[in-house]
Amino acid sequence: MILVVGVNGVGKTTTIGKLANWLNEGKWRVVIGAADTFRAAAVEQIATWAERANAQLIRPDSEGQDPASVAFQTVELALKNDADVAIIDTAGRLQNKKDLMAELEKIRRVVEKQAQISETLLVLDATTGQNGLVQAKAFAEVANVTGIVLTKLDGTAKGGIVYSIQRELGIPVKLVGVGEGIADFAFFDAREFAKGLVG
Amino acid sequence: MFGNLSERLVETFKNLRTKGKLSAADIDATLREIRRALLEADVALEVVKAFTGAVRERAMGDEVSKALNPAQQVVQIVNEELVKILGGEQRKLEFSKKPPTVIMLAGLQGSGKTTLAGKLAKWLKDQNQTPLLVAADLQRPNAVNQLQVVGERAGVDVFAPEPGNGKGDPVKVSKDAIKYAEKKQYSVVIVDTAGRLGIDEELMKQARDIRKATDPDEVLFVIDSMIGQDAVNVAKAFEDGVGITGVVLTKLDGDARGGAALSVASVTGKPIMFSSTGEGLDAFEPFYPDRMASRILDMGDVLTLIEQTQKAFDEGEAQKMADKLATETFTLEDFLDQMQQLRKMGSLKSMLAMMPGANQMKAQLDNFDEREIDRTEAIIRSMTPTERRQPKVLNGSRRLRIANGAGTTVTEVNSLVNRFEQAAKMMKTVAKGGMPQMPGMPGMPATGGGFIGKAKKKDKGKKGSKSGNPAKRAADEAAKLSGDKPNSSGSGSAFGI
Repeated sequence: MILVVGVNGVGKTTTIGKLANWLNEGKWRVVIGAADTFRAAAVEQIATWAERANAQLIRPDSEGQDPASVAFQTVELALKNDADVAIIDTAGRLQNKKDLMAELEKIRRVVEKQAQISETLLVLDATTGQNGLVQAKAFAEVANVTGIVLTKLDGTAKGGIVYSIQRELGIPVKLVGVGEGIADFAFFDAREFAKGLVG
Repeated sequence: MFGNLSERLVETFKNLRTKGKLSAADIDATLREIRRALLEADVALEVVKAFTGAVRERAMGDEVSKALNPAQQVVQIVNEELVKILGGEQRKLEFSKKPPTVIMLAGLQGSGKTTLAGKLAKWLKDQNQTPLLVAADLQRPNAVNQLQVVGERAGVDVFAPEPGNGKGDPVKVSKDAIKYAEKKQYSVVIVDTAGRLGIDEELMKQARDIRKATDPDEVLFVIDSMIGQDAVNVAKAFEDGVGITGVVLTKLDGDARGGAALSVASVTGKPIMFSSTGEGLDAFEPFYPDRMASRILDMGDVLTLIEQTQKAFDEGEAQKMADKLATETFTLEDFLDQMQQLRKMGSLKSMLAMMPGANQMKAQLDNFDEREIDRTEAIIRSMTPTERRQPKVLNGSRRLRIANGAGTTVTEVNSLVNRFEQAAKMMKTVAKGGMPQMPGMPGMPATGGGFIGKAKKKDKGKKGSKSGNPAKRAADEAAKLSGDKPNSSGSGSAFGI
């Protein structure tokens, strides 16, 4: 059970696509919950990825449906079908929007009713500056973040902020995104990363 | 907004204000603080150096030592330098003499181009332009689809001949779009391009090709305000790679310190033209460097506030309201109307944030629940028309019915009625005694303050009462600035809340 969270436009949906594809290649059965019911065409976006990754997709019944209910259905179906992994996509939210953060907490609560969340991944854009730490703090508070996905590392940005996050909050980077292709993703390698930072 | 950056700077100046005369050490200490505040706000090092250098030079010079109030003078200098960095004068969109005007959007992935395209289109449409959105992001899954939805919401046509998802040629789409727009007589064409990295030569070439094919009047570089030190590299890459004419800052409603804005404007030498501040299609405004600088220094942004108010308030309505107040027939129904007008202005939070001294109430602002208004509205809507017109008939059982109808408690209903009565009384007195210059003005702020303002105070304890003060100040200022137009009377109620 994986919950994916983050601010707007960091690459949550793309990350899920890549992750699902990787799991699929490892012969795991994946269910994806499209709980971003807010942004225009977000569901279609993840549907395209789900198709590419050969994963089952739970769609909201209507636009603007309560994302928590989509999450609930996803878990339900995943349990019923004996899927190996369920990934829930959430809408991007800025960490200072109280209502949206409360919504996220609700999603988490609803999911936990049926199953343990094994990972809550915070997706972080490598170009983000000092605000990344604020984001990590806020999301950790409501969603109990277990790992960071650092995206867009293929650009000029080095993502040095994850150093502060690890030091202050003890949340490790688990995955990195390095491009728009479905295979452009890797596990985090601290040595490589450090090299990139200083070199 | 630039919350944290301005908090730091304001704190710095507070220490300075108590001094009658400034020594070199004072100035150095202040500059050190400014430097730290700017660096913490993700402003690029070279920009910080240039900025503090410029401020120091002027602060050490004659203009400060000879000034009556040296500290004030330093604030003034910082303000002026901030304006300079932010791009000096506000620049308007260049419209082509021969329509259609072409605007191309470019930026990194996830900076908010597609959403912005919709906002820009809506903004142009509100100014009687006929914009056409062009789906030239054929890269990201369903970007085309997203643009179509956004276009529909904005009530703007979308040119999307290709389904996207990696298929189709964006250069050709853009070229065709221009032809299409010429034929169908659209006045503005907005080209939404795919997100790309500055170092991706292939995609940068594609962006250049789109530029060549469409010969845009404006190339707007869209950048996320949360971006860190990398802002400089990215901005340079786009300036060199595509060539940009202006910058748009997005996600300014987050709590990022917004230093990127300063860096990008300073490094590229291109002005920031628009800023985008929320998820709604209306959360978009032209960027005024001078106003933003005073916002950073917490001098408020009353001008923007007034403009927004004027957009939302119906002049006739306001006049009617003023008459009502004068004749003492202000009822709960009118109050409901008034609240709905307020709603049109968008988020109350963002309006309050524009007021001078807003920083001091930041914590309260963040906690302010917009739904407080919904709840008040629900209560009033649960009343019968008679009850709305004559709240006096409200007895115990009526109140219970209303409370049940609105899904709240009798206590809440009671307190609303009490607040309304007090406010109505207050307005009557004011309306009778009258503020000579304009009848509507004094009443309105009283309403707002009386109703929702009080509800807020209740939660926040005594600190809430502070809000009354800047509110009044701002209202007075609004009155002064907008002369005696009746619609400005409505603006008063905004401040009260």
